[in-house]
Amino acid sequence: METKPDLNIDRSIGDFHYDVNYEFDAGIGLSERTIDYIADVKKDPDWIRDFRKDALRKFESMPMPTHWASHDLDNIIFQNIRYYLSQGTQPKRSWDDVPEDVKRTFERLGIPEQERKFLAGVEAQFDSEAAYSNIKAAVGDQGVIFVGSTEGLQKHPEIFRKWFGKVIPTGDNKFSALNSAVFSGGSFIYIPPGVKVKHPLQAYFRINAENFGQFERTLIIADEGSEVMYMEGCTAPKFETSTLHSAVVELVALKGAKIQYITVQNWSANVFNLVTKRGLAHEEAEIKWIDCNIGSRLTMKYPGVIMKGRKARGEVISIALAGDGQHQDTGAKMVHAADDTTSNIVSKSISLGSGRSTYRGLVQIGRHLKGCKNNTECDALLINTESRTDTYPAITVRGKENACQHEASVSKISAEQIFYMQQRGISEGAAMSLAVNGFVNDLVQQFPMEYSVELKRLIDLEMEGSVG
Amino acid sequence: MSLNIQNLHANIGEREILKGLNLEIPKGQIHAIMGKNGSGKSTLAKVMAGHPDYEVTAGEVTLDGLNLFEMAEPDERARAGLFVAFQYPMEIPGVTIANFIRAAVQARLPKGEELDAVEYYELLYKKMELLKIPRNFTSRAVNEGFSGGEKKRCEILQMAMLNPVYCILDETDSGLDIDALKIVSEGVNAMRSPERGMLVITHYQRLLDYIVPDVVHVMVDGRIVLSGDKSLALKLEANGYDWVEKEVLQQA
Repeated sequence: METKPDLNIDRSIGDFHYDVNYEFDAGIGLSERTIDYIADVKKDPDWIRDFRKDALRKFESMPMPTHWASHDLDNIIFQNIRYYLSQGTQPKRSWDDVPEDVKRTFERLGIPEQERKFLAGVEAQFDSEAAYSNIKAAVGDQGVIFVGSTEGLQKHPEIFRKWFGKVIPTGDNKFSALNSAVFSGGSFIYIPPGVKVKHPLQAYFRINAENFGQFERTLIIADEGSEVMYMEGCTAPKFETSTLHSAVVELVALKGAKIQYITVQNWSANVFNLVTKRGLAHEEAEIKWIDCNIGSRLTMKYPGVIMKGRKARGEVISIALAGDGQHQDTGAKMVHAADDTTSNIVSKSISLGSGRSTYRGLVQIGRHLKGCKNNTECDALLINTESRTDTYPAITVRGKENACQHEASVSKISAEQIFYMQQRGISEGAAMSLAVNGFVNDLVQQFPMEYSVELKRLIDLEMEGSVG
Repeated sequence: MSLNIQNLHANIGEREILKGLNLEIPKGQIHAIMGKNGSGKSTLAKVMAGHPDYEVTAGEVTLDGLNLFEMAEPDERARAGLFVAFQYPMEIPGVTIANFIRAAVQARLPKGEELDAVEYYELLYKKMELLKIPRNFTSRAVNEGFSGGEKKRCEILQMAMLNPVYCILDETDSGLDIDALKIVSEGVNAMRSPERGMLVITHYQRLLDYIVPDVVHVMVDGRIVLSGDKSLALKLEANGYDWVEKEVLQQA
């Protein structure tokens, strides 16, 4: 079995944990009893309990995707993982009511402060459940729903059930099946027709416990002509043993709606991050994934958009930073299923030390379609000769009146560039940071300001850690 | 107070390029080094700046008494006051001029002290005006897609912003048309100061019409073989470098 060294990169922001007493604990390992425990605690309706059990069977019957993916996946021991830990299933509406031991974690991560400054709503998930969930009154008054997945399926079954599991079927892949079996937490969002939510909604996912698996499930529905921006952040302490994070995120943009989904993933270097994200864009709708992967041991994530309505638009902007011992296996899926649909993929990866980044892209344009366009750009930056980058594009374009463009580049920061910057008085580490920030600069500008500042800071930390 | 180079020997790989070079530039003076291609002029600039490809095998360089070679990293030498305007400045994709120079200025501040952004931009725009650089230049990536003249002006802009004590200008005139040469020379002349020493490395006498040196040195095969006042440059232009080599051989 392949193992990877854990190298000590400065992750001071997220690397801490407090002892917490969990009221609910599904124990170690996975079986039908685990599913029943979770369904009991969450008071799931029968259809969800059945959905979970069906998913468990699918998960157990599916092989690991190691025939194409990293063999490091074999190091995940499913029977050693804890699948559900919480202090209760009801998130608090006020930070004052959040238990002290959990609240101080989020305060240290700056979440309540960000909420005050620039967010329309926040959900803060601690291990399996949200500890806090709130939306600004003005936004709620417009009919916007922003709750956890459990509350969503219980209180809004008419919308929830219509779309849940429809964009990403349970058996899409082994990890979507696992998530469907044990999911807990994540967001359910509904934006009524024509409502444009001015400020972003944010979710923060925090893993606190060791040997734990976090399986949040997010479903966002933007009704006709509405607009929403959703941002998620995540951190975990650095434990000796590995942790699993396996989410499923489904987006539905109805006619003319716009969804922007922004992720800044900064898991510690012991986390397996195996996430399935896909959006369904109806006529003239637009779905844009901005995906930034800095942390984790192995990330496998290929956000996708199915453009099923005429003139729908899909976009994936991704930045991956693979430091020592990390593998960022990311990319995008664009499925054109209607005329005049356009998609754009821009992917930039940075590999340093023994870090490895992989781009996998899938673009499909069917034979009967016309007027479809795809543009794919993927650029890789290597910081030293040990690091590795691979690109696996899979582009299927049929039909006569469709256009597809793919550009890829690999570059290195040269010793001459570093010397030039050092001659201006800039230290080697700061010179590396500048060059890397320069490489991703055009993408970072698409982030909301608060996030681009955070991203720059994270890159600086990584680069300082990478120079002796 | 001076930039003092004593018996400097340096190799690239196994090959010796500098073979016992002596040169002293007192503060307040401008010296010029002239020499044929391959005489070691650019090597001298890179060795002083600490380029990793070169190995110093003997000799000493002091910067106002400070031992330059005790500072291992190029950025330490730069912060101690040494600036090199390169013949071929590197491109740094995606990093704007404004951010690049800002990072360099910030690196000179004591730890924990933040650069005042307003003051920084005021100074930057003032220096840009002097070099006739348009304002929108600051948002372009360092040297990326620059013409030869723009690259050289960008080097002088950096020099003006970083306020070095000793400047080495390596073939600053190469690739410049006459108008650009005038602008760049004005920028350099504006930095003439009793508090600063400069070394101008050039191939042609032309540059020295605009930046008038106090002393002219001629470099042959890794050594300074002849020094004199600015008339030496004119003599070289008239007689060619072969004349120097003959003269030196006769003396030997």
